[in-house]
Amino acid sequence: MNVTATAPQLKQTPLNRVHRELGGRMVDFGGWDMPVQYAAGTIEEHLRIRNHAGLFDVSHMGEIDVKGSDAIAFVNRITSNDVGKLVDGQAQYSALTTPAGTVVDDLLVYRFAADHLLLVVNAGTTDKDWDWIRQHHAGEAVELKNVSSEFCQIAVQGPDSLSILQKLTDTPLSEIKYYHFTTGSVDGVPSIISRTGYTGEDGFEVYAASDKAEQLWNKLLEAGNVGTEIGVVPCGLAARNTLRLEAGMSLYGHEIDETTTLLEANLGWICKLDKGEFLGREALAQQKEAGVKKRLVGFEVTERGIARDDQDVVIGNERVGRVTSGSPAPYLKKNIGFAYVPSEFANVGGEIKIDVRGKLVGAQIVKTPFYKRAR
Amino acid sequence: MANVPEDLHYSKDHEWVRVEGDQAVVGITDYAQDSLGDVVYVELPKPGDEFATNESFGSVESVKAVSEVFTPVSGDVVSINESLADEPEKVNSDPYGAGWMIRIRMSSPGEVDSLLTAAEYEDFTKAEKE
Repeated sequence: MNVTATAPQLKQTPLNRVHRELGGRMVDFGGWDMPVQYAAGTIEEHLRIRNHAGLFDVSHMGEIDVKGSDAIAFVNRITSNDVGKLVDGQAQYSALTTPAGTVVDDLLVYRFAADHLLLVVNAGTTDKDWDWIRQHHAGEAVELKNVSSEFCQIAVQGPDSLSILQKLTDTPLSEIKYYHFTTGSVDGVPSIISRTGYTGEDGFEVYAASDKAEQLWNKLLEAGNVGTEIGVVPCGLAARNTLRLEAGMSLYGHEIDETTTLLEANLGWICKLDKGEFLGREALAQQKEAGVKKRLVGFEVTERGIARDDQDVVIGNERVGRVTSGSPAPYLKKNIGFAYVPSEFANVGGEIKIDVRGKLVGAQIVKTPFYKRAR
Repeated sequence: MANVPEDLHYSKDHEWVRVEGDQAVVGITDYAQDSLGDVVYVELPKPGDEFATNESFGSVESVKAVSEVFTPVSGDVVSINESLADEPEKVNSDPYGAGWMIRIRMSSPGEVDSLLTAAEYEDFTKAEKE
């Protein structure tokens, strides 16, 4: 058995002390000291979000503020989705793309006004993104500000999340549509209330000033009857990963990175090739025309064994691809994953093998998302 | 604080050994199961397989991680805990009892003397945590 220790000198969110008090098991996540799980354990945390509700501290995520008359034009030029389609109070999943159509990061673009956007980016890539965005600023009338440390972000996710959060705010939450947001007050704290998440469930992400993090976290736990059988539970990164995987969502550094294009990653739906010029548009248009050589697929392990990240995909006698995320799926009670395979093999129903530490284990390509909530 | 029964021997890889005559029952410690989290899969060898000291005899998987398990003593496998195939969670709930993994006929029973005592193992895990 190897038991890993936590590395020192990590960045901390404003909830670090709270996580430790709650018995969070802290790990190094992209340079951040974050809870991988709490006392309930990953399976319980995962199931509680599918059935009731859970809380995540996602304060480590980065926020970049874009203000000015060219805000939309500028962000439209460096991201793949169409910012022009957003209305005030709407959020959009998108990607910062390289000229080759590969992915610098995936992100959410929030539109507050025609001259004010907020980009929410991954924690481990915030510094890289910030440099990238400034480097690609070409004279547009915008003011860019990295405001990551000013915000805390708490995600309340699961079917009970609306009723829990509603106890703390007068904002009528049922009126906020999926992927929309509003500004309001949560327990008296000025907040951005966004109906978004990374779990495949209904849920909200609340952004507020960093120094209000503890207050909001504790009030949300209380409002969610923490400690009861069906109450809210604090959830760690392990459950966050299994939830997003079941829901068929990509994780930066796994399904997407600077070596994979959006089309290969099945993210053609965020490539708006006809919106006008943007970084990577030409490469993506060419690839779309020529067809991708490899493609991301979801698979289900059909024999005994658990596929893990970075294991080889074998078809016939050839190593043809690589698992990008592999894990047990606690709600589906299956072992699932994502892998890149050559396009000719990327067909639902196709049989593949995964090299699980020297043993070839059978798996079948299946449709994603693996899990879809009933609406 | 993790449970460390007095009457067992321990390895630095977090396995425990219960000596019964010339046989040894092997599992992972309470500290180990707690560090791993929810165990969802246990891979064990077949009866008759032979292992040298500190050889990998299988693996324990949680949602997040895979850990190999090693034989603290050499010998051949007499039996395995087959119930772990369907109920791997026993490794979490009862690591020293129903969560046992393999029973080995020891080829050199003296090897247990080089393992850690309960007190030594407790100090070892405390040091590892710091």
